[in-house]
Amino acid sequence: MGVGIRVENLNAWYGKTQALHEINLDVQANHATALIGPSGCGKSTFIRCLNRMHETTPEARVEGKVKIGEHDAYDGTSATKLRRRIGMVFQKPNPFPTMSIYENVAAGLKLNGYRDKRHLDGVVEKSLMSSALWEEVKDSIHKKSGASLSGGQQQRLCIARALAVEPEVLLMDEPCSALDPISTGKIEELIFELKAQYTIVIVTHNMQQAARVAEYTGFFLLGRLIEYDKTEKIFTNPSDKRTEDYITGRFG
Amino acid sequence: MGNLRGPVPDTAPVAARLEICLWRRAADRMTTAFAILSVVLVLAPLGAIFGYLVYRGIGSVNWAFLTQTPKPPGESGGGMANAIAGSVLILAIGSLMGVPLGIGAGIYLAEFGGNRFGDMVRFVSDVLNGVPSIVIGIVAYALVVLRQKHFSALAGGVALAIMMVPTITRTTEEMLLLVPNSLREAAYALGVPRWRTTLSISLRFTAFGNQYWNWRLDQPTAALPLQIFTYAISPYDDWHRQAWAGALVLIILIVSAVAAVRFVVRRGTLGGVA
Ligand SMILES: Nc1ncnc2c1ncn2[C@@H]1O[C@H](COP(=O)(O)OP(=O)(O)OP(=O)(O)O)[C@@H](O)[C@H]1O
Ligand SMILES: [Mg+2]
Repeated sequence: MGVGIRVENLNAWYGKTQALHEINLDVQANHATALIGPSGCGKSTFIRCLNRMHETTPEARVEGKVKIGEHDAYDGTSATKLRRRIGMVFQKPNPFPTMSIYENVAAGLKLNGYRDKRHLDGVVEKSLMSSALWEEVKDSIHKKSGASLSGGQQQRLCIARALAVEPEVLLMDEPCSALDPISTGKIEELIFELKAQYTIVIVTHNMQQAARVAEYTGFFLLGRLIEYDKTEKIFTNPSDKRTEDYITGRFG
Repeated sequence: MGNLRGPVPDTAPVAARLEICLWRRAADRMTTAFAILSVVLVLAPLGAIFGYLVYRGIGSVNWAFLTQTPKPPGESGGGMANAIAGSVLILAIGSLMGVPLGIGAGIYLAEFGGNRFGDMVRFVSDVLNGVPSIVIGIVAYALVVLRQKHFSALAGGVALAIMMVPTITRTTEEMLLLVPNSLREAAYALGVPRWRTTLSISLRFTAFGNQYWNWRLDQPTAALPLQIFTYAISPYDDWHRQAWAGALVLIILIVSAVAAVRFVVRRGTLGGVA
């Protein structure tokens, strides 16, 4: 089951440059939330703060509060534990190239010490089904490497890999930007289904996509969250002039 | 050379364009010729050495040479089997000590070495790389030979290990730096700790694999270079012939070792499961 996310007074820096200013936002459990905004406005930085990937960048720093469900993400407990509860899918598909499809999906569990083969088999199959890849690859999960799939298949493999550790939240940073329209359609359908089980935060440059998959949408500009509301409201009747300018294509 | 072939401006008068064309073609030819000449100059000594070794040595390389130990001077026959095995043994000891150390240092530099201390380690390793091997030999002599009171494969191995470490360190570092960061991020995002990511993702991507073997290490051990040297400066014709044969075997061993390493590494990085 997905959990909600509460963000309070979040600030983030790269060295001395501040990339995020005072972000406050509540993500609803088991819904999809889209983040839009012009390039460089801090969308990626924001979602990387949610699973504490931001701090893997040298000299990067975060202040403020992030609650994943009941759990305070920055309360000093380990970042690796937190990341197991939050899956992440990146803009460019990044399967492990020297591993088979099976090993890719099982990687999260195996690298964290799970060895039970029967359990792993089950998880791999279930995850590949959830990511709508199973039918296409079921005969070659041991024979083919992750890198030998098409771009769209690789991205669905990465989604399966993220799902295999049974996270509560799924973060997606422009997951379709390297894909063709058909693969994009598949992933959008997938997001629709995954909402039942996961809380989804998706960064996208495609406003139709945001409108199609997300109930809530946040608009970022220059490191600030300008407006955050029901998707319908953002796209039909935004309260802020800057949001309106952006969605009508007047800048960005 | 690329831009020498670029389009000639259409606006130039015909004669001038022709001249530019000819000049470009000449420059292109000259550069190519120079590059080919350089390659020949670099390869010629290697080819000459190898050819001469084959010419002088091939006659004495036979089964006995590879499987028998030396006969006393005057008696004909015998071989360098012990020296061949000794070379392999010393190499094995050196690798056993040098490879893990070098890989460990390389991992440190690539994953955690972005600081002053890392720079210092890099500097020291480069200096060590430049130390003449005879100096390293003296160090091994002081460390091992003097203490054991005799020469040994162990001493040779220690010297070899010291020589290997800097090369392996920097090679490992460079291989790890080639691992795309997106793979590390993928592992971090799955909640895989950093040390585990380095070992199971980064190192696996570079496809390290090594196997060692072990024999008795504490006795004086023949090695091909030394045996060749001893035989070459001896007054016996038979030994001279064997020295040539030994040199040929040595160079074949080296070439096949390099080829084998390349093969393993290439298969590991590109093949995988594909
Ligand atoms: N590793 C980094 N080091 C320094 N500054 C960075 C780094 N990554 C991002 N930034 C800066 O932080 C700001 C926000 O970047 P971010 O990647 O979050 O934008 P984005 O909204 O995801 O853009 P895009 O839509 O192009 O992906 C930008 O000004 C960017 O230059
Ligand atoms: Mg981004």
